[in-house]
Amino acid sequence: MSEPSTTPAMPKPPASRLDLRSRSGQLWGAVRRSLMPLLAVAAALLVGAILLLIFGYDPIQAYATMWHGIFGSQRNISEVLLKATPVVFTGVAVAIAYSCGIWNIGAEGQFYLGAIGATYVGVYWGDLPGFALLLLVMFAGFIGGGLWAVIPGLLKTWINANEVVVTIMLNYIALGISSYLVTGPMKEASGYFPQTDMIADAARLPRIWLPTRLHVGVILAVILAILVTILLYRTPLGFEIRTIGSNRNAARFAGMPVKRTIIIAMLLSGGSAGLGGAVEIAGLTGRLFAHISPGYGFDGIAVSLIVNNNPLGTIFSGLLFGGLRAGSEIMQISAGIPSVLIQIIQGMTIAFVIAFGVYNILQTQQQKI
Amino acid sequence: MELIALLSATVRMATPLIFVAIGETYSERAGVMNIGLEGLMLIGAITAYTAVFFTGSLFFGLIAAMLAAMLFGFGFAYLAVTIKANQIVTGAALNMIGLGVSGFIYRVVFANTGIVSAVKTLPAIPLPFLSEIPFAGPILFNQNALVYFVFILTPITAFVLNKTSLGLSIRAVGEHPRAVDSVGLPVFRLRYGCILFAAALAGLGGAYLPIAHANQFVEGLTAGRGFIALTMVPFAGWTIPGVFLGGLLFGAAYALQLRLQVAQLAIAYQFLQTLPYLLTLAVLILSRNRTEQPKALCVPYEAG
Repeated sequence: MSEPSTTPAMPKPPASRLDLRSRSGQLWGAVRRSLMPLLAVAAALLVGAILLLIFGYDPIQAYATMWHGIFGSQRNISEVLLKATPVVFTGVAVAIAYSCGIWNIGAEGQFYLGAIGATYVGVYWGDLPGFALLLLVMFAGFIGGGLWAVIPGLLKTWINANEVVVTIMLNYIALGISSYLVTGPMKEASGYFPQTDMIADAARLPRIWLPTRLHVGVILAVILAILVTILLYRTPLGFEIRTIGSNRNAARFAGMPVKRTIIIAMLLSGGSAGLGGAVEIAGLTGRLFAHISPGYGFDGIAVSLIVNNNPLGTIFSGLLFGGLRAGSEIMQISAGIPSVLIQIIQGMTIAFVIAFGVYNILQTQQQKI
Repeated sequence: MELIALLSATVRMATPLIFVAIGETYSERAGVMNIGLEGLMLIGAITAYTAVFFTGSLFFGLIAAMLAAMLFGFGFAYLAVTIKANQIVTGAALNMIGLGVSGFIYRVVFANTGIVSAVKTLPAIPLPFLSEIPFAGPILFNQNALVYFVFILTPITAFVLNKTSLGLSIRAVGEHPRAVDSVGLPVFRLRYGCILFAAALAGLGGAYLPIAHANQFVEGLTAGRGFIALTMVPFAGWTIPGVFLGGLLFGAAYALQLRLQVAQLAIAYQFLQTLPYLLTLAVLILSRNRTEQPKALCVPYEAG
């Protein structure tokens, strides 16, 4: 497969301070770029509305229900944050890999492996002293997801295997492993349901907004997004990752350790998704069951893409899609509108971002002329 | 007998994969990789299922599935060819849309309204005389109409791609679009045509699942077949006979997996279910060092 053509641009030198016109132009461009995801979501919601009309629903009522589902109560707001948390983790995962020029469509599987690792430590090593246990649970999540993502990284660097296909296949295999574990070796001791035992209390993340279920994981997600941004834009490793992402051959000629860096980037990428799985277990569910993720890994793709794969931006797009997901679940419960509408809206959002992105490029080209 | 049943199932399971991979071979030979095949298959599957359910006509269901997939394929072509967007991003969006639209229609029309019902399926048509041949007869010539269609489509598409001027133009567009442009052939139209052809076949492959393989629609019923077809194309060296054989290989994996599950072995069923996916990874590793990749694959063409 050839390199993605919309890879992030190489770091540019700052524009001259004297050139005021270009600075205001830059500002306007930045405003437009940050508004673009919102415009794209609006356009996607419009397509959703048309679809709702076709199938005989009242779109205004449907979206009003969704709005209420997002902001209607303290509980609803906390549920939005709970839904946003895992997709920020998976969104950051996609963004890291993308920065290195790799398409990580496997955040879903990495999320599962992280959840499995975290559950294993939380259930079977529950005797460890409090904080050490929690740290180890998180570490197990990172390693589980990270190693799962290293597989496509290795196959990419060794034999140039298409990482899109590898990560998708690993998603299915991860689901199979998870399903096997909760029905077999890790099944709960009482043995009624296909799920594991609860992890030790000491391995649980504290709640931060009682009486809601909101836990400290939401803060961890924000911290992760900030740390990854610093890593990518303020460290030598980040510079290497981004250089490889924008031009692998140039990076090679510049003497950068391309293969090693891709592997490290994949470890960090999968590790982020795996941490998301660990946080979901330690913060919310307390145990593993077969379908622990309703597609958080796939949401992460949209979350990362619509903010141009900027890890810091995933906080906002994560909130946006977390809100849409929480809202669409309420919409399903109270208006009977299938929550899969969210997937259409996500897909359409990406399509519109693509379309608007091209419009932006055309505009800048015209300005140059 | 056991072996005959297994091989017969192999051919049946291979058919949808071969349809999709033939289309994708055309698309990639023309320089466009569409990773959205899975989404297109789902569109084809839900369309065929809905159409057959309400009209009772299998033929109409198949046509509708192809048209619906082509509609979405056109959207992909517009973004990937005209707008020159990144083909991988666009394909990823197409997958999400396919999953969402098929799930949405299924839940609105069937699950929500409480209609959960089987549809009519393509019957096996034993061909006179041929199906009497010992061993090969029941495997190859006692199948449904779409299996026979694949037998016909494979040589035709191989011939068109390799021996006709249209095929030459398609292959040239994937290798050196500028040269094609300079002799006055329409690059964009050739790419659009191949994408739409691939979309129609992906729709057909998707339609096969609810109306030939099973008699129901299940959300996400393609279960990665679109991606497996995508893997088959480089494995087959971008050739039509290659994807036919590759399809049989994966068909065998699916058939074997079903057989073993029925056989109640001491192996966890989850591992059997992952067999096709493990095989896909193995195939990817085996098809390394493929140098025949079309040179302009994934590269949008800039006119002028």
